[in-house]
Amino acid sequence: MRVRSSHTPRGLSRRQILAAAGAVSGLQLAKPFIITARAAEDTLKIGLEAHRTGIGAVYGLWYERTSSAAVKVINAMGGIGGRQVELIVEDDATDAKRGTEVIEKFANEHKVDFVFGPLFGNVVGAVAARAGELKLPLFVVSEGSELADGAFNRYVFQTGITNVRSQVTAISPWVIKNVGKKVTMIIPDYIFGYNHRDFFTETAKAQGGTVNAVIAIPPTETSFTKYFSQIPADTDAIYHVMVGPGVLTFVRELGEFFGDKGPKLFGFIDSLEAVDIGAPGLEFLEGSHVWEAFPRYLSGLNTDNAKFYRSAVGIDENGASVDNPKEVCTNSHMFGCWETLFSIKEAVEASGYKGPADKQKLVEAIESTTGYDEGKGHPQGKKQFIGKAHQVFAPQFISKVEGGKLNVVHTASIEESLYEPKADYTKLPL
Amino acid sequence: MITGSAIFLALLEGSVGAAVLALTALGLSLVFGVMRVINIAHGEFVMLGAVVAWWCAADLLGAHPLLGFAVALAVAPLIVGAIAVAADWLVLRRVNYDPERTIVATMGLLYIIQQGVLMTYGPDARPLDPPIYFRVQFPGFGYSGYKLIVAGLALLLLGATWLFLARTRIGLYMRATRLDSETAQAFGVPVKRVYAIVFALGAMLAALSGVLIAPIRGAHYLMGADPLLLSFIVVIVGGLGNLRGTLLAAAFIGIGDGMISVLFSPTLAKIIATLLVAAVLVVKPGGLARSTAS
Amino acid sequence: MSGAATRIYAFHLAVIAALFLVQFALPAYHYGNVTRIMLYAVFAIGYNILLGYTGLLSLGHALFFAAGAYGAGLAAHWWGFGPIAALAVGIGAALLVSLVTGAIVYRTTGVAFLIVTLMLAQAAFLSTLYFNTITLGDQGIVLSLPPIALFGASLRLADPMVKYNAALIAFAGALLLSLWLLRSPFGRVLVAIRENEARTRLLGYNTALYRFTALVISGTLSGLAGALYCILFGYVGSSFASLQYSTEPLLWTLLGGAGTALGPLLGAGIMFYLIEFASSTGIEGYMIIVGVALVVITLWFPEGLAGWFRRLKRVRS
Repeated sequence: MRVRSSHTPRGLSRRQILAAAGAVSGLQLAKPFIITARAAEDTLKIGLEAHRTGIGAVYGLWYERTSSAAVKVINAMGGIGGRQVELIVEDDATDAKRGTEVIEKFANEHKVDFVFGPLFGNVVGAVAARAGELKLPLFVVSEGSELADGAFNRYVFQTGITNVRSQVTAISPWVIKNVGKKVTMIIPDYIFGYNHRDFFTETAKAQGGTVNAVIAIPPTETSFTKYFSQIPADTDAIYHVMVGPGVLTFVRELGEFFGDKGPKLFGFIDSLEAVDIGAPGLEFLEGSHVWEAFPRYLSGLNTDNAKFYRSAVGIDENGASVDNPKEVCTNSHMFGCWETLFSIKEAVEASGYKGPADKQKLVEAIESTTGYDEGKGHPQGKKQFIGKAHQVFAPQFISKVEGGKLNVVHTASIEESLYEPKADYTKLPL
Repeated sequence: MITGSAIFLALLEGSVGAAVLALTALGLSLVFGVMRVINIAHGEFVMLGAVVAWWCAADLLGAHPLLGFAVALAVAPLIVGAIAVAADWLVLRRVNYDPERTIVATMGLLYIIQQGVLMTYGPDARPLDPPIYFRVQFPGFGYSGYKLIVAGLALLLLGATWLFLARTRIGLYMRATRLDSETAQAFGVPVKRVYAIVFALGAMLAALSGVLIAPIRGAHYLMGADPLLLSFIVVIVGGLGNLRGTLLAAAFIGIGDGMISVLFSPTLAKIIATLLVAAVLVVKPGGLARSTAS
Repeated sequence: MSGAATRIYAFHLAVIAALFLVQFALPAYHYGNVTRIMLYAVFAIGYNILLGYTGLLSLGHALFFAAGAYGAGLAAHWWGFGPIAALAVGIGAALLVSLVTGAIVYRTTGVAFLIVTLMLAQAAFLSTLYFNTITLGDQGIVLSLPPIALFGASLRLADPMVKYNAALIAFAGALLLSLWLLRSPFGRVLVAIRENEARTRLLGYNTALYRFTALVISGTLSGLAGALYCILFGYVGSSFASLQYSTEPLLWTLLGGAGTALGPLLGAGIMFYLIEFASSTGIEGYMIIVGVALVVITLWFPEGLAGWFRRLKRVRS
């Protein structure tokens, strides 16, 4: 801890640098005081809280691209309620603490009307709490089932993407019938993973299947082979849904372990988002099935609206960036941003929302929505919305890996994914 | 599921892990032992090695993975070594290798390297083909032949490093500096230059381990955190400045981790392994190996 | 108290008074930021007692922060405790965890201490995931606490003023405590241990007991920060026990100046606004700016910023 010699570098003196730093930071602090010359345009400010860095970075990248594309389309259509949309993006580094700091920045500095975008469960919980306190409408694009169970507050919505419980409810009959009856689940040791574990175990039992083992892998893990011997020998099917940068290793090591033998596989595309199915080492996925929310390949959902969405965002028919075929997108999550923005448009226009004073009208408008039609704003398909739980329901897709691509083989309807959510946010005060 | 094949798998994975861990930790052990500083950016050197490997194998040459791999083995240490020398010259030397200032400085270096990779390579984890791939079928499970090769290569590199330290003059200087830098200086050992070489060597070893694991784990800008943590634990559990201890600790932790993972659920296994390491250090604060001599 | 001591206390009291007064001038956004910085400073002050005063580098202080946060959060969520009661439980939990940890590590120092504290914190992090039925794992517990009933007034936690002043009170208490500690006989022995433990032991002091006590104070203070954070921001989750929450106080303390009383506040403030500034540039890898800043700061301010100020004052007088 002792300093032997202190060496002042030549050039600028320390004092000058300190003065300069002080000036810069002073300017930064003074920003809100300095009246900008920019004329106050009548824009609708929407904040995107993106996982630009951290373990969710690849999702953040595509969330941002999709959202920018949607805003461009909406503004070309005349904006929302006649006002142009200004999208402000902030990075939460996939961290709960930073996420709440960013929500405060959105509320107090950027003064946005709405915030959307958090995906990872650890961030969602923290920012939902803060958004409620700040009375800032927050549209999560997350898949967590806690919202519909009433864990959050009346300012939090999920209008663009479905939750795990409805996904599992929709596809488990198909899985038990077509993949196997004795299922081993490999999940991340996250609330997201427990959602899968709890709901699949329940629905599988109802179909006459069983979950014979659950391997919950902690998020800090980077190698998985050693856990595979915990898979019981009589397992018919492995149900896998891993998240994060380790999924590549996970899928490969699974293949090395089992080779041609071994149980049949059923996975959620979460294990493979942004991963090229044709990538080296993933050959063993051939013939296995995968759940998708929005088919990665155009062939899976070849409608005009899907084509419009894809070309606006900039992905080709294989679900890769048109600028770089090696850059695969996170199609089953990012569409949630697009649809969320359009649902905001619909709510604002239905309620006549002009500013923060109209929040109540906006919330009530959303809560009285029963669904969204398939269209430019909802290319994934028709939606049903349960207002009192603030959660949307949608069709679900099951695809088969064939020739290094995904082909949709089954579509579950909205009705098959429905369940009775516990929450009734309409009873809460605003 | 404690079957014979499960235990064998655990031993196998553990040994491969131990070999790679030893190689990764050796660099840190040298730096810690000779320079007495904590290099928080050590994991980033590993990550750089993996990224360079991807660049050589998948991007630059794309021809045959073996060629790309061989090129990476040569190029990655050179690039990373150069970065390390620059870091030492520009920063570490100027903070006089003060332990606390080095922590802050190398934390800064960590961000610089990590974010530099984020901005150029991107946020996604990318796979690469192993240079040689074959699957070995054991009773009850299949295993990656490449992983076995990695273990072999790691041991080879460890051996080469040992030879370097034991048989060359620079190696002699390093060992002398590690034992007593002031006396070494009195004997004419160019301590400052030795520091630079040690820092570079530590980075190069880290980069090499990164190249080796890239075909297994892929390359991702955040992948340096795990090797950093594990290397630290290994170096300290092994005993500071004690290379043999580092190897011993790598074996202990690598194989131990494999075995515990067979017996318990993953999170519980990790909790047990973590507490075990703490217990070892509480009981033997100097680490597993006793003496300070190599 | 001697003249020098009075001046020092007066200076620090002035800082607290300045923080109290400035809240009436701060725009909403920075108001919230300063609230957080003060809370982070409490955490860093706790950390500093171990690092700056006693010379023990811990990489596991997330353990104490999380203990406080979970103590408060679990009490509020599962037992319906109000804010003050939950805070008390949080502090109590941190105290308990500090006592147990101290008992485990009281003979451990140096690099072994580094790793043992790191391991204990990691085990705690994994435990919050393992016992997710209680802790609700990574998503964490979202609290909606009733207002604080104090002297007949009902203070809503959502009110930014309540948050700011609660953090200020905690910070003032922690700052004065650390200042008093630094100048007390107990504190002087800690510094002696930091400088040369063997000699201190030879002089007859039970250094292990002193280190134990320092750790307990350090951990409890860090836990107070955690408990207060949980209550003021209505959330506790696994990430509070993660490695990041152990490296942050280290960084704040070293940047601001270990071994000074105001260093932690300076360090926390600098890091916060550095990250803010960097992310507002819109660069994808904006933390690179922070990385460069860290290198620059440690090159030019060897003892951290507060340490530099202190040396400046000494050189002048």
